[in-house]
Amino acid sequence: MGFLVATLFKIFIAVGLILLAVAYLTWLERKVIGDIQVRFGPSRVGPFGLLQPIADGIKLMFKEDILPANADRLIFFLAPAVSFIPALVVFAVIPFGPSFVITDVNVGLLYVFAVASLGVYGIVLAGWASNSKYALLGGLRSAAQMVSYELGLGLSVLGVVMMTGTLSLVDIVEAQNGTWFGILPRWNVFPQFLGFVIFLISSNAELNRAPFDLPEAETELVAGFHTEYSSMKFALFFMAEYANMIAASAIATTLFLGGWQGPLLPPVIWFSLKVFGFLFLFIWLRATLPRFRYDQLMGFGWKVLLPLALANVMFTAAAILILA
Amino acid sequence: MEWVLFLTFALLAGAAAVAMVLQRNPVYSALCLIITFFAQAGLYILLHAQLIAFVHIIVYAGAIMVLFLFVIMLLDLRPEELPPMQFRRAPVLLGLVLAGALLAELALGIGPRIILGPRGPHDVETLRILGNTQEVGRILFREYLIPFELTSVILLSAMVGALVLAKRRSE
Repeated sequence: MGFLVATLFKIFIAVGLILLAVAYLTWLERKVIGDIQVRFGPSRVGPFGLLQPIADGIKLMFKEDILPANADRLIFFLAPAVSFIPALVVFAVIPFGPSFVITDVNVGLLYVFAVASLGVYGIVLAGWASNSKYALLGGLRSAAQMVSYELGLGLSVLGVVMMTGTLSLVDIVEAQNGTWFGILPRWNVFPQFLGFVIFLISSNAELNRAPFDLPEAETELVAGFHTEYSSMKFALFFMAEYANMIAASAIATTLFLGGWQGPLLPPVIWFSLKVFGFLFLFIWLRATLPRFRYDQLMGFGWKVLLPLALANVMFTAAAILILA
Repeated sequence: MEWVLFLTFALLAGAAAVAMVLQRNPVYSALCLIITFFAQAGLYILLHAQLIAFVHIIVYAGAIMVLFLFVIMLLDLRPEELPPMQFRRAPVLLGLVLAGALLAELALGIGPRIILGPRGPHDVETLRILGNTQEVGRILFREYLIPFELTSVILLSAMVGALVLAKRRSE
């Protein structure tokens, strides 16, 4: 009983913090992109526009909810939830601090991949249920894109798994304790740099963010899979994208940057700082790079990232055999 | 607690499987199949087979069913255009007989051997020490190495075959 209460309490805190972070990530993105494009970004609602996410939330709540003609009611209703729930559930195994992890599963990394691979259903079903050609094309594109880049993503972390010999995220963080040659932190990013780069690119593609935002390419597909969505249902897709962004950053931090490990500052602060760094990088990429063409996207995933990730696995295996 | 979870997952798997067959809309059928996979994964976890459970979700729910949905959506089958569902007596009877035979086989042939037969070396405690994934890997690459490699050769040839067929059509 005590275990159940403690777990529920942890889940409550984690979900609350993540929803708050999602809200303020939208503010951060608008501010940062505004700055890069020499604009102000949101500045009217509260100091520095800090109340903008709350104003947006209230606005979206009270917007009219439109159901397109001949849409599949049940699936149209379920798709936003199917998109948002996996984005939140991923956080169940991520260690925020030495003792702050909701549950340490011995196949934690596989759990993350299993849950993350379900997010695509929300998008595909939304595209299909809307009964609109733009939405359907956006949904199909994203299905093809996400299935393709999942391979590179899965193979890119194999190097880390081989080096640490475990799938538990807590153990992976603990294996990165200490230093190399007395100065360099023992983070996986140094021996696994290629894997790290492949992971970042693939997760950017999995997030459907620029330069891989083809499922919602405005110039050709209106808004892609969420064209027909309005009100809070649209907001759920939006929140799912930002929650996924935080999840991807948290996983990158855990696998490659030593998770909550770091000197002086408390662990949770280190974890948040590293996650913030990745979030900033994702926003920066969006503000900098133009969108890929569809054939370039597929070619890059299958002909560049996948062979590189395989080579990384082979190379890591050989190195472990020789050094051991 | 374990029994409640087992019954929930088992009934869900069964109900979703039946619903999959009875659905007229192919997208709904696919979704019912995905629910079945999830319920099965829940059953694997109850058996302390976490690795199998999550690999099951990644491979079947996360990859194969996405491609299924992809194809179904491209075909764009309208339920109203499909012929109405018919229940002919002979196929239903044959199906029931086959299902009964399978059930009898499970109950008489395999059931007693698993429940009453000798225990294998892996129980919950040893798995906790050895690690689920580690132990599966050890068995796979020591005792079943040749079947494992043969499977990968078969998969490779299937892949080459699919590519050859796809390329020929586009010419």
